[in-house]
Order: sequence, then C-alpha cells, then structure tokens
Amino acid sequence: MANAKEIKTVLFGPVFANNPIALQVLGICSALAVTTQMTTALVMCLALTFVTAFSNFFISSIRNHIPSSVRIIVQMTIIASLVIVVDQFLKAYAYDLSKQLSVFVGLIITNCIVMGRAEAYAMKSTPGMSFLDGIGNGLGYSVVLLVVAFIRELGGSGSVFGVQIMPLISEGGWYQPMGILLMPPSAFIIIAAFIWVLRAYRPEQVEKKV
Amino acid sequence: MEHYISLFVRAVFIENLALAFFLGMCTFLAVSQKIKTAFGLGVAVIVVLGISVPVNNLVFHLLLAPGALAWAGFPDADLSFLGFLTYIGVIAALVQILEMILDKYFPALYNALGIFLPLITVNCAIFGAVAFMVERDYTFGESVVFGLGSGVGWALAITVLAAVREKLKYADIPDGLRGLGSTFLVVGLMGLGFMSFSGVQL
Repeated sequence: MANAKEIKTVLFGPVFANNPIALQVLGICSALAVTTQMTTALVMCLALTFVTAFSNFFISSIRNHIPSSVRIIVQMTIIASLVIVVDQFLKAYAYDLSKQLSVFVGLIITNCIVMGRAEAYAMKSTPGMSFLDGIGNGLGYSVVLLVVAFIRELGGSGSVFGVQIMPLISEGGWYQPMGILLMPPSAFIIIAAFIWVLRAYRPEQVEKKV
Repeated sequence: MEHYISLFVRAVFIENLALAFFLGMCTFLAVSQKIKTAFGLGVAVIVVLGISVPVNNLVFHLLLAPGALAWAGFPDADLSFLGFLTYIGVIAALVQILEMILDKYFPALYNALGIFLPLITVNCAIFGAVAFMVERDYTFGESVVFGLGSGVGWALAITVLAAVREKLKYADIPDGLRGLGSTFLVVGLMGLGFMSFSGVQL
C-alpha cells in the first residue's frame, strides 16, 4: 500500500486541483439535469461515487487478464452491471426518487468520468489505489453538483433539501422565486461561473490563448 | 401523421437532447471547435440514433418487456432489469457494424466520419434517447420519428455552437473564462434561445 501522502493526493486531488467537471469536461452529460433539487443531486452523487469506485476496483483487479482489443466491452459490462445494481436498489428502497431521476441513473453507464477513470487510471494501478481514485473523482463530481444544486434549489424554490428556508410569496411569505434557475440553461451559466471562480483562484488552470 | 410531425418538432426543438437534457455534453463541448467536424459528428449521430432507437425498441418489446417471451414458452419472464446492459451492447454492436458497412461500401463517408464513429458508442445522447424511448413507451413508428428527430436536434445544436465558437476565437475574454467557461456561457444562452420554442402549441 502506498504512503499517506500519495493516498491524500489521489483522494483529494480531483476535488479542486484536478476537478473532473471543471477541468477535464468529463461527466456533465447526465449531471446537470438532476440539479434542480439537493435531494436528487445527492442521490446521484452517491450513485456515481459508488459506481466509479467499484468499477475502478474490479477493472483494476482483473486488469492483467483483459486483452487490450476487447477492453472497452469488458469495462462497459462491469460498469453496466454495477449501474443495474444501483438502479434496482433505488427502485426497491426509494421509488419516488428513482422516478424523479428517471433515465439519468442509467446514464451513469455512459458517464465519461466512469469510463475515463477506468481507462486512464484503473488499467494501470493497484485495486486499492484505484478504489480511492474512484472515490476521489466521485467527490470532485459531487462538489460541483451539490454547489449547483444548492444555488438552483435555494434561488428557484427557496428551499434546501426540500426544507423551506425562504417562504415564497405564493404561500404568504416574502420571497419571489427566480423561476429561471429551475430551467436547464441556468445550470450551464452557474457552471461557467464556478469555472471562473476556480480559475481565478488557481491561475495555472487558465487555458492558453490560441 | 400529425402526431408524428408534432413528435418530430418536439424532439428537435422543444426537448432538444443537448440543450434541455444536457445529453452528449462531453463530445458536444470537445468537438465543437470547427463547424466542419461538428457537422460531421452531427450527421453520424443522426444516423446512429435513427437506427439504434428503433432497433432497441424492437429488442425491448420482443425480448425484455414483461411477458414478451411468451412466444418462447416463458409467459412469466420479466427481463426488463437487463435493459441497460442490453441497450449498451446493441448500440456498441450497431456502431461496429455501421463502421464496417461504411468502410466497405461508402469509403468517402467513412473517411469523413472515421474518428467520430467509435466515439459515438459512449455518447450519452444515444443512450439517453434509447432510455427515454423505453420510459415513454413509444411504439415502433414513434421510435423511428423520435430517433431521427432527436438526432437532428443534437446535430443542429452542435453545428450552431461550433459556428459561435469560431467567431468567439477573436474575442478578448477574461482569463478565467477563456475556453471552457465561455463555452458554457454560450451553451446557456443558446438554451435560453431554444426555450422560446417551448411556447409553441402543436
């Protein structure tokens, strides 16, 4: 097992220094549609972290036995099976949430973070470190997703995790909700702002002029 | 007929896969630097969606849906939990076959699409459209229209984005927003534009 410093880099590096969404543009496909509420976003984060961690672990365990010509299919099969487990679990224990997430749980299969980490990290590293790398990247994804969901739910419906923080005008309160935040385009603009803040804080991530 | 036209228009503009459901974003942002390549990828997506959505529709109704295996003597079988695994397999196989057919009979088109075809297997837009088709319980005819319509919508979105980004190259953008940040802003604004279609009554 590697030393503590390396573990820390693998686990927390993806959160800010090498964020999969902000820097590598991976995995936003299925991400943004679930961010109108904190609850759905949180479930999505847990599901994705679970799938990334375990797919990394399993792929890394058998990495020396996978012929490179069929590796994509093997990775896909492992990932798809894990996603089916998550989906069936949600259907059994959180049926309403699984209805709200609709097709987006299934879309974890084609989420580029999962595939990307399997291909880029798990094929070359030991199972233990790959597992941590999966959790780290899941955390990086979760940070962005939860920040976006927090802004959208608080501004759009005046609540956090379904608990009313700012009473709406329609229910006798004072807060006029910003309906635009519940619409899809707002998610893009919030992510753009997130990237801007992150890059102002870490100038080495700024893209070069072409 | 009117039903199909309305479904098509809905899939292209109102429920645009890229701008309303954020599907296919990875390739959407990565391959939208030049109009020419963006258009090529768009055409490839239309073709793959137009084939894979109807094929998966048949697979679902003939093999996976509850009671679908009655013809084979298993009236109680419900294989719908195998859905994800099957769809992704069918999509991967279709892309592979399409690649071989194009290579053999349409080499010009194959060379134009070449690098994009394998990428399409992991494009969330394809898988997302298939999953929507199953969830909304489309019939075979509807699935053909929906597949083509959502493909056209996606191709339209990526071509327009590439056109905007080509012009944006000459703009003087704040450092932190250069590249990815400004692209997200543009996509957000395009999404706002497409939202205006949602008022269209069909």
